Amino acid sequence: MVPTDLRYTREHEWVRVEDGVATVGITAHAADQLGDIVFVELPAVGAALSAGKAFGVVESVKAVSDLFAPVSGAVVETNGELAGRPELANADPYGDGWMIRISVSDAGELDALLDAAAYEAIAAEG
Amino acid sequence: MSGSVTPEAAAAAAQLGAIPEGLSVPPGAGPSLQPTIFELSRPGRGGGKVAHPPADALDRIPASALRAAPPGLPELDEPTVARHYVNLSRLNYSIDTGFYPLGSCTMKYNPKVDEWAARLRGFASLHPFAPDETAQGTLQLLWELEEALAAISGMAAVTLQPAAGAQGELTGILMVRAYHRARGDADRTEVLVPDTAHGTNPATASMAGFTTVSIPSAPDGGVDLEAFRAALGPRTAAIMITNPSTYGLFERRVVELLEMTHAAGALAYMDGANLNAIMGHFRPGDAGFDVMHFNVHKTFSTPHGGGGPGAGPVGVGVSLTPFLPSPRILREPDGTFRLERPGERPASIGRMRSFVGNVGVLVRAYAYILAHGGPGLTRVSEDAVLAANYLRRRVGESFEIPFDRTCMHEFIASAAALKRETGIRTLDVAKRLIDHGFHPPTIYFPLTIEEGMLIEPTETESVETLDAFADALAAIAREAREAPHLVTAAPTTAPVRRLDEAAAARQPNLRWRPAAGSVTPCPE
Repeated sequence: MVPTDLRYTREHEWVRVEDGVATVGITAHAADQLGDIVFVELPAVGAALSAGKAFGVVESVKAVSDLFAPVSGAVVETNGELAGRPELANADPYGDGWMIRISVSDAGELDALLDAAAYEAIAAEG
Repeated sequence: MSGSVTPEAAAAAAQLGAIPEGLSVPPGAGPSLQPTIFELSRPGRGGGKVAHPPADALDRIPASALRAAPPGLPELDEPTVARHYVNLSRLNYSIDTGFYPLGSCTMKYNPKVDEWAARLRGFASLHPFAPDETAQGTLQLLWELEEALAAISGMAAVTLQPAAGAQGELTGILMVRAYHRARGDADRTEVLVPDTAHGTNPATASMAGFTTVSIPSAPDGGVDLEAFRAALGPRTAAIMITNPSTYGLFERRVVELLEMTHAAGALAYMDGANLNAIMGHFRPGDAGFDVMHFNVHKTFSTPHGGGGPGAGPVGVGVSLTPFLPSPRILREPDGTFRLERPGERPASIGRMRSFVGNVGVLVRAYAYILAHGGPGLTRVSEDAVLAANYLRRRVGESFEIPFDRTCMHEFIASAAALKRETGIRTLDVAKRLIDHGFHPPTIYFPLTIEEGMLIEPTETESVETLDAFADALAAIAREAREAPHLVTAAPTTAPVRRLDEAAAARQPNLRWRPAAGSVTPCPE
């Protein structure tokens, strides 16, 4: 069900790593649980993130939730489209609904991320 | 004219959701939407304008401070104004019109005698700057209320200043900060908050300059002791525990949690929002809590906020008493009362609110406490817990109960299984409850429960009301399987249909403006 070419966190984020840059978004499961997303707050480009710490906020009609950095590093790009169209995170969570790109500072942290099967098991628990 | 719906309002209502084919709406079910008071305005209608005294008042104001155009005030005759607001008020659902099982909010019935007490002229007409000598009755009432709250909670002293529970939390955590600073311990920068806490708890910690560390809950719904132990340390300033928790469960490991907290040099804050469940059975001060707040609107029947005046008294143990906000209310040896003078207690964190708090609200709480007495308050809590457990069993006939053990004053039900079977979500069930004549419970809170409903009947509801509510939920579960369109189309009897919450949040349109070409009210 979840894309097999991505890595995941227990906090329901997905990570795609290409050339040392990690693209991060929330999973379809997270988007479904949150309901209609109405606001996404992202860090500024250049902000230094540390793995496991909150880097942003996603607000839905149900709840306000923190976004947690899957890996440490500097923000190299954010998805500006989400400011005007937060619903992209619901409609296309693995594509146009991406949130930030991080220049990974410690590739070793990637090993701690979950593969699709492990994440799917966690998502199934709720 | 009043009571009728303009074509514009009707069109707006229609946009909110079309009624599906084959679905009949009872005629006259519920009051209807009103045109705005501006739309009812007609030039020149209504009484004469009050002249500005003195006659040349406008001439005395600098031209730069005068507005260019008159304010757009509506012009109406008095009956239209009265009908407009009375009809608007009929759109309200309140505890005085029906059952209101909004979990976590404790929508208990407010006895009318408390309203009478708050309106007594001696309280209601007292000037906030009245000298102590002419405010003795009010000062005595407030002093006695502090004593009563201390007796109920087992805390050493109480402040009545905070204007709401959340400000009470901030008051408490600021005292915690002052306590650590007074000991020269500046390294305690973290506050531990279980994930079942009220959302105000982490907000409070942040406001006071602390970092929040979230503690997961164990499978039984209590705090995960191992996770708690791992997070606790020399950087911990305080823990904040909501007990009973937002799961409606009493924290069974509270003694261990407090021992560990104090052994680590930290203080323990109890969010007393759910005190309604434990009066006469558990005193936070006896258990070792250092500071707590009271939500008088949940426990002692004062009006619920909606932004209006509230009160969130805070109780403290001996270690925090020196830091209480000033001025405190003092009783002199001769039995008279006075307010502390500025600078009289230098360790105080200072003022949290003007004057001595929202006195009118506090008078209601005082009246409620005296009307019940100690045994009566114990009975209040016992009845709240009994009603919640009765309803838990009845609702359990048609919905899942995630923590199916004896609950406190509220419990969680879940529509997760119903959703998997029928696609009907908790949101749909809640909307359909409106058609069945009930205010829905709190939904999707706590966030940790899938398709959750937090149901809190309070102590003031009869068994017939509880049964009727459980029967309505059972009927909705049946409808979800047999006639799901009834549930997904709900509400059909409310003044408005299913609202587009996402559009409202994404594109808030909060200001009424006259349509182009319409008459501008009040040309002069």
